[in-house]
Amino acid sequence: MSVNTTAMQTAAAPEDPQPERQIIREKPRLSTRIGKGTSWVLLLIFTAAFMYPLIWLISASLKGRGQVFDNTLIPETFNWRNYITVWDELPLFSWLFNSVSIAVLASVAVALSSSLVAFGFANFRFPARRILFGLVLATMMLPGAVTMIPIYLIWKEIGLLGTWAPLWAYNLFGSAFYIFLQRQFFLGLPRELFEAARIDGASYWGLFTKIAMPLSIPSVVIVLLFEFQASWNNLQQALIYLNAGGVEDFTAPLGIAYAMTKYSPTAGGQGDYQYVMVASLMVTLPMLVLFAFGQRYFIEGVATTGRKG
Amino acid sequence: MTQTTADAARAAKGPPTKPLKPRKYNRREAIAGYLFISPWIIGFCIFTAGAMIWSLVLSFSRYNLATNVQSPVGLANFESLFSDPRVATSLGNTLFFALLSVPLEIAFALFLATLLNRLGRGAGFFRTVYYLPKMTPMVATAAIFFLLLNGNTGAINEFLRFFGISGPQWLVDPDWIKPSIVLMSLWAVSGTMVIFLAALKNVPRELYEVASLDGAGAVRKFTTITLPMISSAMFFNVIVLSIAAFQTFDQAYLLFWRDQSNASPESSLFYAVYLFQQAFRQFNFGFAAAMAWLMFVIIMCVTFIQMKFGNRFVYYEGDK
Repeated sequence: MSVNTTAMQTAAAPEDPQPERQIIREKPRLSTRIGKGTSWVLLLIFTAAFMYPLIWLISASLKGRGQVFDNTLIPETFNWRNYITVWDELPLFSWLFNSVSIAVLASVAVALSSSLVAFGFANFRFPARRILFGLVLATMMLPGAVTMIPIYLIWKEIGLLGTWAPLWAYNLFGSAFYIFLQRQFFLGLPRELFEAARIDGASYWGLFTKIAMPLSIPSVVIVLLFEFQASWNNLQQALIYLNAGGVEDFTAPLGIAYAMTKYSPTAGGQGDYQYVMVASLMVTLPMLVLFAFGQRYFIEGVATTGRKG
Repeated sequence: MTQTTADAARAAKGPPTKPLKPRKYNRREAIAGYLFISPWIIGFCIFTAGAMIWSLVLSFSRYNLATNVQSPVGLANFESLFSDPRVATSLGNTLFFALLSVPLEIAFALFLATLLNRLGRGAGFFRTVYYLPKMTPMVATAAIFFLLLNGNTGAINEFLRFFGISGPQWLVDPDWIKPSIVLMSLWAVSGTMVIFLAALKNVPRELYEVASLDGAGAVRKFTTITLPMISSAMFFNVIVLSIAAFQTFDQAYLLFWRDQSNASPESSLFYAVYLFQQAFRQFNFGFAAAMAWLMFVIIMCVTFIQMKFGNRFVYYEGDK
């Protein structure tokens, strides 16, 4: 039966099928067509609007000092030298290296710890499990500002101020959102898999490393990508923990903030704002590359989990 | 998702089919479970519960950074909260920004999602393009818009001039500072859009077909089918955007408060920025902790009101 239907659909597909629909929906179909045309025009207009700032970023990064504030999309002269100058004048390499290192540490730490915790919540029965998981979810509602100062003081007590630790090490203890995400995934796995492995003599740890983790790679990738992006964008933490150090200790966002101050004409800087644009482009590119590879994970991850970075 | 909703509902109402005796737990399994979740328990005790208690203590103390000594001052921090005019200013700015940005972001995101949804399979390209701003780090966004929002030569005013409108001095005129930041949020609205798009895809097509047969127009279909069917996504987006709007920091900091030397317009002082300054520029930890708790209470109240109010209009699939 099902084979039959599919065959019929495939056969009829080339020459616009569904004759009975046509009769009923004569009028709506015309308006749908106009609607679709309008949609296309609007979507193209919005494409221009959304792309313009990014194209502008590239354009402004190539402009000369006197030209960067002018509203011309194509630079008078293409100052490719800007790129060399920026790498000379700003410790861009250090910033990117610091940011990548911290983001890798942060995302790997949170993926491992959150998976462990999520596995505990998903696959084991123990007293107060519901209450504890409720607490996990409740912490998602807590504004970061409430714990910001005590956490700073904790790192100060331990003597780790000025190191990378405050920017990633708390991730070793899991993070509510990712615990929730991973738990959902583990709950979706068939219980028979675990039961069969138990009968074959697998330990609890074995269930986690040999079955749960390999099967949850898609959601682990989402966790890694989301946390990498979150860490990459994190300005406030860097301001708190790395601002006192040398310029070469900055992360990329902190570096851009520094460059904005250094090159903004309003702050009495030289007004070579095109250098800020070069640096901004350097900070944006890794994210765009990541998006090129992980697009599906980013968009579907947001669609299903509601995380918005 | 269904599992959690069910869990949450059960937790809220109390289990209807509760066994008379508490379930016996397998000891080995329970110990293993606690071991697996132990990282979270440790982290919770230190970085959440511990930090919250310390924060509460701090809000009733004065902290001396040089000596690391906390001395209790009673309600002094909370008294100065209400006497400090900048707290009121920043609170007003933040509320104004939230009231302006949340409805606009919701409307714009829903509009884009509706357009994309009509396209069906061709939507992939646009969805990707619209998502790019979301991938652009906030620092870069702020750096770009610093040029685009320039009152004299910026692209946005050039665009308006094309229609014979002389645009405002976006980043200078106190009245236009918050709309500037709203504009930046609208550029990166795609996260909200993607959630709406997923919700729209789940609306059964038959509903529209039936409505068409009954002679319903596009507007009628939108208000009687689309909006009720996506109300849970709407509800979620409103709450998340409101909480985020209240904590807006990066944009205001980068464009106005990054430089300590020059006077920035008070109109750009957001609550999170003032809190940050009090904590990590003035090192008034006690006062800043009090500010943080006020923020917490306000966010909780706003969320509670939205939940109380919103739940009446939200349709959840499976509800009867």
